[in-house]
Amino acid sequence: MIKAAMKPVINHFMKNVPHVRALGMEYSNMGRDWAEMKLPWSEDLVGYPGADGERGVIASGAIFALMDTVGGFSVHAARRSAGNHATLDLRLDYLRPARPGQTVVGYSKVKKLTRSVAFVGGYAHDGDRDDPLALMNGAFMFTKGAKA
Amino acid sequence: MSFDALAAAMADEPEGAVESIPYARLLGARYRIQGDAVELVAPFKSALIGSPVPPRLHGGAVAGLMELGAVAQLIHTLREEERLPTIKPVNVTVDYLRGGQPEDTVIGARIVRLGRRIANMNVEAWQGDPDKPIAAAHMNIMLGR
Repeated sequence: MIKAAMKPVINHFMKNVPHVRALGMEYSNMGRDWAEMKLPWSEDLVGYPGADGERGVIASGAIFALMDTVGGFSVHAARRSAGNHATLDLRLDYLRPARPGQTVVGYSKVKKLTRSVAFVGGYAHDGDRDDPLALMNGAFMFTKGAKA
Repeated sequence: MSFDALAAAMADEPEGAVESIPYARLLGARYRIQGDAVELVAPFKSALIGSPVPPRLHGGAVAGLMELGAVAQLIHTLREEERLPTIKPVNVTVDYLRGGQPEDTVIGARIVRLGRRIANMNVEAWQGDPDKPIAAAHMNIMLGR
């Protein structure tokens, strides 16, 4: 039900946000207060080039972008709306490098929704959610329009 | 995680594109050395947009540029060392202060403490006026010597 209601929002977002397209992010799943997105490995995302002929490691900045995006999606899910919000702050702990060639999965859950702020927590993994590669915490503030 | 290619480019030319890192090319990042400081500049391009109407930069793109800016500053500060240490971010916290406009973005990074194993850094991103940052970050970066 949530997914059906959110479908137009998701489709619009995935099609019309240039940075999401540039990085190759894909929608994965969504629940009542959480969301999941994928970032397939691609040469363009490499921040730490591999030795000759080997695949490099995805830049931590690209993982930050994934977690910012999925964090925002989880806020949409929890608010059941396409209402605007802005990232207030976001923190990532980089536990280990992503495995070259593996798709990175980002998961975010809203821990608390107040009148004006959503507090989120999440993690990124590359196949095994018990072996995360990054942990995320952040706060999103609700806005009337985009942040000036 | 070696940034030897970027270090070599920075030793040769005081400014240029960050050619050796594919993700930096995707963002369009350029470095600019000014004395002991390095600025990272990202000319506006539509691939950085995170919110189309009205157009605003994606927070993740700004964070990615800030991480690259911190790395570039570290490389420059450590340029006299015999071997450049490996550089790995441990964590990064970004405060978003203003919406990023569809304009050129500049990143400046300051090393708060340079230890043997950890560099603690403050990073700011601005557009036009350095006194009006769009984002401020602090990072802990692991150095492998």
